[in-house]
Amino acid sequence: MSEVLRLQYHISNSDFTRAGEASSDVKRKLKQMGVDPKVVRRVAIAMYEGEINMVIHAEGGQIEVIINKSEIKMILSDNGPGIPDIDKAMEEGYSTAPDNIRTLGFGAGMGLPNMKKYSDSLKIDTKIGVGTKVTMVVKM
Amino acid sequence: MDKFFNSVRLNSDLCKGCINCIKRCPTEAIRVRNGKAVITKEFCIDCGECIRICPHHAKVAIYDQLDLLKKYEYTIALPAPSLYGQFHNLEDINIVLCALKRMGFDDVYEVGGAAEVVSELSRDYIKKHREKWPIISTACPSVVRLIRVRFPNLIEHLLPIRAPVDIAAVLAKRKAMKETGLPKDRIGAIFISPCPAKVTAAKNPLGNQRSEIDGTFAMKEIYPVLLPYMKEVCKQPEELAISGKIGISWGSTGGEAGGLLIDNYLAADGIENVINVLEDIEDQKFEHLEFIELNACNGGCVGGVLTVENPYLAKVKLKRLRKYLPVACNHLEQPVGKEALWDKPIEFEPVFELGESIEESIAKIAKVEELIEKFPGLDCGCCGAPTCKALAEDIVRGVAKETDCIHVLRQYIHKLSNDLSMLDLNQGGLKNENRKGTDSE
Repeated sequence: MSEVLRLQYHISNSDFTRAGEASSDVKRKLKQMGVDPKVVRRVAIAMYEGEINMVIHAEGGQIEVIINKSEIKMILSDNGPGIPDIDKAMEEGYSTAPDNIRTLGFGAGMGLPNMKKYSDSLKIDTKIGVGTKVTMVVKM
Repeated sequence: MDKFFNSVRLNSDLCKGCINCIKRCPTEAIRVRNGKAVITKEFCIDCGECIRICPHHAKVAIYDQLDLLKKYEYTIALPAPSLYGQFHNLEDINIVLCALKRMGFDDVYEVGGAAEVVSELSRDYIKKHREKWPIISTACPSVVRLIRVRFPNLIEHLLPIRAPVDIAAVLAKRKAMKETGLPKDRIGAIFISPCPAKVTAAKNPLGNQRSEIDGTFAMKEIYPVLLPYMKEVCKQPEELAISGKIGISWGSTGGEAGGLLIDNYLAADGIENVINVLEDIEDQKFEHLEFIELNACNGGCVGGVLTVENPYLAKVKLKRLRKYLPVACNHLEQPVGKEALWDKPIEFEPVFELGESIEESIAKIAKVEELIEKFPGLDCGCCGAPTCKALAEDIVRGVAKETDCIHVLRQYIHKLSNDLSMLDLNQGGLKNENRKGTDSE
């Protein structure tokens, strides 16, 4: 019997109707595991923000979620344009989302700040023109 | 009483083991096993969707029968506002109320009247508890039951005020005791209910130790009984109505929120929509709302499974009825005090957990993922579970097996028959060789 659960999700290109499916699935599974509801909520919010970011900025990508009894690790990888200025992106309210995205109610510039707020650690590896890998950990 | 008591039941004689109900149940509480539906009561929230969908009428709601009236010396009918929406061309609510008295009740106390008191208490609570925004309505017992088992993060947002019918029962009994001098236990307060969830709530309330409601009649049973009496009294009905616009509005979706006199609210109805809204509130996808009204049935209480009229027509009828009424007729000067508040906080019941510990659950979910790969993903329901995923979960819970899936079973039989034919071929080959051997001799 394994003590680590690995989940893989493919995030499709610019499809807002499906954005959030991966984080919902993780949320459901964590609830079935009896993980503390507050932890479940933090994972769900942090991952949803990341998922939406991948849809808005990077035309989708992959998410791997690794769960063990002490922590939940989320690795979000995309082949998008990369983040030119991480410090700027981390500022609340700063957004490079185009207008058509903003009219949908997204692009409020809270994505990365929320991901930082709700996770215990957030690491961003980004290369312009190559892609971004975001690693978030939420402790149990 | 068992904390997972519910009032939606199965009539096994009528059940054909079809899969309509398992597909509709929003909490995946139903399975078909050995040709009959089985309800897992821990998962059931009494929404009544299975009653609505069952083509064989095998899903039933339990409620009290009319002879309950004989058990009490003095009886009071508590009609839900949704009752008024059931009748054609009704112009005066008093006609319904008088007919209730004619059919055997000693008095009538409108739930709508108590609803106005709840509206007033809610306005006050919302104003004073900004830190708990959005406050979530607790008038629909199915929604409260759903939150108790599935949305632990939202429990603290629940409005801790008793449902209008409970307050109506308290006020009606108090009035009856004063008027008749009878002790409380000889007075029966009986709710005329649009849904089975409220039958459950009266027998086994959430948020309160016990309910003052002594029985629940189904609207669909009362409806034909009332019609002839309504004809009798329609010329000159007695003035019994005590509710205004706000009270009547509680009968359909948005009515409760409307009574709060705020704009910053959300009202959703239909259990699937309610679940989606709860998921999103939990993920904080929308904030800055003051109040959230949720009704499990489409259209609100007028859409209850024990009603007779199309919910949307019933809604129009309620709208017409309330047109010339005052905004509200009931105010807090009628002292309800502490009785109006919850006395037993709701606790999270993690009924959907798969394992005893996190390690065990991780192993079980890994197993579920592994099993899902084996199933075709058709969600055909032939195994008796609503989806392939639900079957996989049942297997790790130890209540189903892989070969319940007919596709897995077919592969298994295919393999078995292949093996058999191989065996046959091998043996045939052996025989031939033997024969050859004998031939050559």
